[in-house]
Amino acid sequence: MSGVLDILGGLLMVGGAAFLALGGLGLWRMPDTYTRIQAGTKATTLGTLLTLAGIGMIEPGWALKLALIVLFLMFTNPLSSQVMARAAHRAGVPLTPQSRGDALADDEGRAAE
Amino acid sequence: MTDTSLPRRAPPRLAALRLFATLLVFWLMLNGSLASDVLVIGVLVAAAIVLLFSGSFSVLSGHRLTPDALIATLRFVGLFLRELVRANIAMAALVLNPRLPVSPALVKLRTGLTDPVARLLLANAISLTPGTLTVEIAGEWLFVHWVVAPTTDPEEATRAIAAGFERHLEVMYG
Amino acid sequence: MADPFLLAATALVALALGLGLARFLRGPRALDRVVAFDGLTIVSVAAIALAGLVTGRAIYLDVALVYALLSFLGVIVAARYLEGGEQ
Repeated sequence: MSGVLDILGGLLMVGGAAFLALGGLGLWRMPDTYTRIQAGTKATTLGTLLTLAGIGMIEPGWALKLALIVLFLMFTNPLSSQVMARAAHRAGVPLTPQSRGDALADDEGRAAE
Repeated sequence: MTDTSLPRRAPPRLAALRLFATLLVFWLMLNGSLASDVLVIGVLVAAAIVLLFSGSFSVLSGHRLTPDALIATLRFVGLFLRELVRANIAMAALVLNPRLPVSPALVKLRTGLTDPVARLLLANAISLTPGTLTVEIAGEWLFVHWVVAPTTDPEEATRAIAAGFERHLEVMYG
Repeated sequence: MADPFLLAATALVALALGLGLARFLRGPRALDRVVAFDGLTIVSVAAIALAGLVTGRAIYLDVALVYALLSFLGVIVAARYLEGGEQ
């Protein structure tokens, strides 16, 4: 029927899935917990956004609910990554030795326990 | 800095109206339909929640409703989406690089924003952009983990990470 | 129908799930597993929506939404619990 939308949606969907795969790769390759949060849980946000946008083009009737899922993820994602990073820091998970500095530990005036 | 954000809050009636609209839109999106029964239930429940709880949803009420603020909101969203795409591509290139050239650091930023909601939005915008992640907020200080940090100086880091978002948030939350 | 697209997207999502699962199994810290779980969640939401597209049933979107909500709460609780220190 609407061939153009189907193809555009398909392309968006595959592009989004590619970002998801890259997020997975980042989750696997990154050297410490903090960089894994960065690569894994956030690079996937755009991936999900594009994938769901693509699905919305193929099935226009689903667009509203897909938009709601995207909105929900965009609100919860920064929260959960921040909570995880803060938990890691409070639990004393060290940054990778490649790191250039830790202003938070300096400010708290303590070495990581 | 003294906290003068209180008098700027929207008046209670406007805040209640905004809460009502937010709840109703959320309900309609969840249902994905504009059928009359769905609409009626949504209006009734949203009205009940507003009547019962309108005092406790202050998160929605700091935003100003002037034309400037609305334009700034659009600009903020635009800037944010542009940053999201740019940073994701940078992150993809980083992950695909066989040498994995990361140089992470936890840096300190100072925000000039006083409104708590504005600070939250800034922290979230920073967090959603891959490569930077807000770890802790302490008053006007934000502690941000940066995957490829060119500097650890607070001033320069503020300019590089926060300044773009802050400019719009200042107009939105005055 | 967007068959080749669907096939490619499914393969890429499966790759993402595999890599996330590998990190989940490897750890090494409990928090790394939480991070991997969070990543898996976000990929799963896309996967569930794709499943909905394949079967043509919109109910999958509700499943995805509730799944996202519950695992978000799970991640927050697990992270707060581990905040006190781990071994």
